[in-house]
Amino acid sequence: MIAVRGVRKSFGTNLVLDGISLEVSQGEVVCVIGPSGSGKSTLLRCVNGLEAYDDGEITVEGQRVDRDARHIVAIREKVAMVFQRFNLFPHRTALENVIEGPVYVKHEPREEASERARALLARVGLAGKENDYPHRLSGGQQQRVAIARALAMRPQAILFDEPTSGLDPELVGEVLAVMRVLANDGMTMMVVTHEMGFAREVADRVIFIDRGKIIEQGKARELLRSPQQERTQDFLRRVTHPI
Amino acid sequence: MLSRNDLAEYLPLLAKGALVTVEVFVCALVVATLLGMVWALMRVSGVRALSRFSKALINIIRGIPILVQLFYIYFVFPEIGIQLSAFEAGVIGLGFAYSCYMAEVFRAGIEAVDPGQVEAAQSLGMRRALILWRVVLPQAFKISLPPYGNTCIMMLKDTSQTSIITVAELSFEGKLIASSTFKNTEIFSLVAVWYLVMCVPLILLVGRLEKKFGRQ
Repeated sequence: MIAVRGVRKSFGTNLVLDGISLEVSQGEVVCVIGPSGSGKSTLLRCVNGLEAYDDGEITVEGQRVDRDARHIVAIREKVAMVFQRFNLFPHRTALENVIEGPVYVKHEPREEASERARALLARVGLAGKENDYPHRLSGGQQQRVAIARALAMRPQAILFDEPTSGLDPELVGEVLAVMRVLANDGMTMMVVTHEMGFAREVADRVIFIDRGKIIEQGKARELLRSPQQERTQDFLRRVTHPI
Repeated sequence: MLSRNDLAEYLPLLAKGALVTVEVFVCALVVATLLGMVWALMRVSGVRALSRFSKALINIIRGIPILVQLFYIYFVFPEIGIQLSAFEAGVIGLGFAYSCYMAEVFRAGIEAVDPGQVEAAQSLGMRRALILWRVVLPQAFKISLPPYGNTCIMMLKDTSQTSIITVAELSFEGKLIASSTFKNTEIFSLVAVWYLVMCVPLILLVGRLEKKFGRQ
């Protein structure tokens, strides 16, 4: 459903994506791991057009991601995004955040959208928080609202850009739990993460990126248990045994 | 010193001037705010011609003293067939001059909104105008309020500059009374206190806004 072919991207003289090719099929959960600065977030941002790429091609269900505004809007209706820093709209309540897209982009009736938003908020464990503003919610709650906001667009895939990296450690679990439910429900997910436990349990496939290149990819359990490449081994050692 | 009789005689005259000051202030504020929004939106529109025009205009207007702008509108415009009363010229001149400061206040507010907000809106499929209207402007508005209040205070005091083109506002009335009575100390002290009194509500308001929006 998402196809990336030979994508290159540089910021100035800094080559961040050096010929990345990968595919994510319907219902698949793919975790992208790698050291910071390896280009994994940039890759994700290229997929829904938040970042332009220099070379190669990205398609979502055959539709090319390019700079044409109409194409990009069409892509973004299919592919939602969840950010590291949540990026909830601070001047709107949890419920208003969730209905913003359906009401103002898809022009659904407000009543209907609110009804569905309530159900979505309940699904991410936030029933009763509909009228709270983001600053009254914990980081974990905010990120769950952000996931509900993404789901409200009825996306065919969701991109997660380090969704738990901005959270206090004790709040990580509640967000991962919601993501696990989504994965079990068959949502197509592309997740940039440092949570190896989540990758091992939930991902169908893990892709290891370093310095803009895919070093290794494979079934989550296999790759994480017995990585073939030295750089992958090195990275996993440092992540799992930081001291 | 001022006697009770003096006060009874001069205060009504000064009050008349103060009323004109408030009128000039309110009218010029409307002009400055609306034009300021237009300049700021042009500046961030992403359309090169608009943003360059706005930038050039702001820099030109900021670089010319308000007094000279007032002279221009009041004395030069009639030569090209635009006849304005002193009050109209004062409002337009002050409003136009301050629209540039307002534009910078609004632009700073718009640019202070977290870029992540725009990305979140984009990822929902929102287009430029909708993002500006639903996401950026409401937040920029809050950020802009305290500096907007400060600019208002400056503008209230700068209404006195319109006295140069014979707008009969507070300082103009003060100068008239002072030059006919030679009670310079008393009259100008009264005028000064009156300006201060008019500024106090604005100062308090700005203080409260800063507290309210500084906390979040």
